[in-house]
Amino acid sequence: MIVKDAVCPFCGCLCDDIEVEVEEGRVVAVTNACELGTTKFMGEKRMKNPILRDGDRWKDITYDEAVRYAADMLLEAERPLMYGWSGTHGEAQCVGVHMAELIRGVIDNTSSVCHGPSILAIQEVGHPGCTLGVVKNRADLVIYWGSNPIDAHPRHLSRYTRYAEGFFLENAFRDRKVIVVDVRKTETANIADEFVQIKPGGDYAVLSALRAIVQGKTDTIPRTVAGVTREQLVRVANLCLNAKFGAVYFGLGLTMTRGKYKNIRNAIELVSELSRHTKFTISAMRGHYNVYGSNEVNTWMTGYPFGIDFSRGIAFYNPGETTAVDILARKECDAALIVGSDPAAHFPRKCLEHLAEIPVVQLDPYPNATTAFCNVQIPVAVTGIDAEGTAYRMDGVPIRTRKVISSDYPSDEEILARMYALMQEARER
Amino acid sequence: MTELLVKNACVIDPLRGINGETMDIAIRDGKIVEEVSDAAEVIDAHGMLTMPGGVDSHTHICGTKVNFGRYMSPEDMRAGRTPRRGAMHATSGYSVPTTYGNSYRYSVMGYTTLLEGAMAPLEARHTHEEFTYTPLQDTMANTLFDGNWAIMEAIRDGDTKRVAAIIAWTLSAVKGFGIKLTNPGGTEAWQWGKNVSCIRDPVPYFEVTPAEIIRSVVEANELLHLPHSVHLHCNNLGTPGNYSCTLGTFGLIPDLNEKRQTLYATHVQFHAYGGSDWKDFCSKSEPIARYVAMRPQIVMDMGQVMFGRTTTMTADGPMEFNLYRLHHEKWSNHDVELETGSGIIPVIYRRKNLVNSIMWAIGLELALLTENPWQCLLTTDNPNGAPFVKYPEIIGLLMSKKYRDAEFATIHPDTESRVPLPAIERELDWYEIAVMTRAGQAKALGIQDLGKGHLAPGADADVAIYPLRIDEVDPSAEYQKVIDGFSRTEYTIKRGRVVARRGECVVDGSNATFWVKPKVSENYDMGKDPDFIEKFDRYYTVRMSNYPVQEEYLARNRCIETEAEL
Repeated sequence: MIVKDAVCPFCGCLCDDIEVEVEEGRVVAVTNACELGTTKFMGEKRMKNPILRDGDRWKDITYDEAVRYAADMLLEAERPLMYGWSGTHGEAQCVGVHMAELIRGVIDNTSSVCHGPSILAIQEVGHPGCTLGVVKNRADLVIYWGSNPIDAHPRHLSRYTRYAEGFFLENAFRDRKVIVVDVRKTETANIADEFVQIKPGGDYAVLSALRAIVQGKTDTIPRTVAGVTREQLVRVANLCLNAKFGAVYFGLGLTMTRGKYKNIRNAIELVSELSRHTKFTISAMRGHYNVYGSNEVNTWMTGYPFGIDFSRGIAFYNPGETTAVDILARKECDAALIVGSDPAAHFPRKCLEHLAEIPVVQLDPYPNATTAFCNVQIPVAVTGIDAEGTAYRMDGVPIRTRKVISSDYPSDEEILARMYALMQEARER
Repeated sequence: MTELLVKNACVIDPLRGINGETMDIAIRDGKIVEEVSDAAEVIDAHGMLTMPGGVDSHTHICGTKVNFGRYMSPEDMRAGRTPRRGAMHATSGYSVPTTYGNSYRYSVMGYTTLLEGAMAPLEARHTHEEFTYTPLQDTMANTLFDGNWAIMEAIRDGDTKRVAAIIAWTLSAVKGFGIKLTNPGGTEAWQWGKNVSCIRDPVPYFEVTPAEIIRSVVEANELLHLPHSVHLHCNNLGTPGNYSCTLGTFGLIPDLNEKRQTLYATHVQFHAYGGSDWKDFCSKSEPIARYVAMRPQIVMDMGQVMFGRTTTMTADGPMEFNLYRLHHEKWSNHDVELETGSGIIPVIYRRKNLVNSIMWAIGLELALLTENPWQCLLTTDNPNGAPFVKYPEIIGLLMSKKYRDAEFATIHPDTESRVPLPAIERELDWYEIAVMTRAGQAKALGIQDLGKGHLAPGADADVAIYPLRIDEVDPSAEYQKVIDGFSRTEYTIKRGRVVARRGECVVDGSNATFWVKPKVSENYDMGKDPDFIEKFDRYYTVRMSNYPVQEEYLARNRCIETEAEL
């Protein structure tokens, strides 16, 4: 059987044109997906059933036992943390918010270690953006800044920019210019029309210089700015000003380097400035396929995209205080539920030391680095493969992922709903 | 079977012509009935003002841009917070509350039906997801067609039936309710950073004018027999002198429907400006109101501005950019491929600001100068003119000249020479307020036959009981009592259940979403049209099979099937 128009649950591109060939309940071939997506669809070895740490060994337990363990752990905790959420569907994220509210916990998603600073910048100056199709059909200039789509979002170039057909472009490949700005010559830089190499930590200065040129203050620019010559800066500014439609896509190379959210603020303000002359947009290259959905769900339910603390009953948001890394580093949290992410692979050592000290339950189909820190791990169906549900693409377009095979694994939503029901029951008693 | 009897209610029910009669309201299984058994639960309304549940025919509560308003505004989220309590979830936000915040606050004011004013088809799923978390009101979404490529191409080809067919396919696919045009043509031009100035400017590349878009879509709307008329946000919003553009637009509209208006013009306050620039900016509410009075085919809503902080959000991207250049606050924009756009900026309307003071006056003038309350409905274009929690104050202003004068004394002193408001003596009565906040809105939306906006047997048992005795309160003098009364119902009943009581929401409800499915002949099924499919595949970034909103997003819903003339 071939499933058409399946939705790839890997990166924020959320490609929805995947063909998946299924035989005897297994994925045997994948067409249209990139290597990252294909690997995910083909699957690795999944955990068979929930497991409980028993001294140095793992003991198999039932789903009922695992759900009960998690519910009790969260009910008994004084400062529970519920972290992750970017690798699951929106319906599960909604249950998570209700759980956090009920037990007055902290709910945070992986934005706090990826595009959190981008969100802070947007909260200061806003976000002139658009859907990916607007760029595909119109943009004659695309700038990748601190992002390397060939590695991280392989089909971004073919679906939306460099190699994409565009309604208003006669010959899209020829008529569309691509600029790459990065600290090293990446794979993506090799296919760019213009490569701007910045000395590490120099993004803020380069953005400021471009803003000055756009404002007509070229004479204030020194001969080089963070390793970029004035000539190149002027050339880039002119490419921007002369474009009919320009689009900036930035990645963690801008968000998580020196300057952090100030870099993003500066980039957004450059785009707002350019909008006075021509059409320009800017957007983040979001990583997980549904990290943006987690921001969206949290926002309509609590008012904030990430880092929400319900300890005083109301939703309280203060990134740097109410975000997972901070709560772990301060050793505040006394139980953690991890859903759809792998913090052990990304968090600072200090946080992991504390994670090792407290009870941890993880919902994840596969053993991962966080498994080593778990007291219980509950394998679940993979959204987009054996579970369906809503995901938000990096540009905010919501797409319902498809179920391409059936399995006996419960979805994240089912498991969380069972936990929540037990917790509600206990609280009403 | 559950039964409820509301006794001794002082009922105003304009769609049935009932004005202040003391009567009982019998409810069984969520519907109004003739009578109930003795076993029915009884609520004694003690002569309190009782009306059909409030209907907001133009508000922004759910979807991509609303949520982005929240996302970019932690300062607004902090400005309105409540914890989880009883049946109520935690809420945040003042001008753009969370979905629960919207739902609870509307419910406490007696509102039971809400129309989201602007849903981009591509992002419809998001609106429906938020509807699910707006539990205490029935919901429906106006769907944006202002910059739709396929429609503009069909208009260019002079094919109104094809326009209708595209609308039919899209509404069914995205589970939309009605047609919204926001700055028609302007949102497409804005994807090049341009705009159209009024109805005769051609849209770049597509070479159709806003006037052609409006005319064709109005005709298409009637071919499809949709319950609601075209819902229009005119071109050129918010600019001095735009009233002539508004009048020109109204002049395009024939009278095509016996049951309701042919055009719903939204937030007309923002389109009733005189002057040639901000220096000689003034009110043109009088010509607008006069023009509408002569044309029963037009219904408008106020789009009242109230002083204080709020967030503006609209599909009108270029307008928001202009506003950003005036205010220099943060600015978000979100263009949607092949369809439409949107923009958001926070604003503060200040009493000390002359332009803001004039805007405040214009909204009130439109309501007071429009003789027939069925033609001017009470809205703030929530949250653009003000958050909906200001409705009770607006009611107070409309019912009391004394209150208006007291407020007028606090605004910019030059306002007097720019607006007719101080000379207007009219004070609206309870009945007119009932028209403007529920009956008129239900009629304009075309949902009265679906049991909304009235209390006749068979209607949905959506009832608002306010702690107001209309025989004892003199709204002209005791306007504070009016404001307090409309701010907090004694009971809000939704589908036959008490959902709010004296400011507390008491159940975790579940709404119903109303959507429209026009039935068209095979030839006009765009899902099978090769040209439509080919362009969809080439230029959208979502596959056509993944575009329609699936049944999973409609927990409880009412599909309105219409017989299209196609």
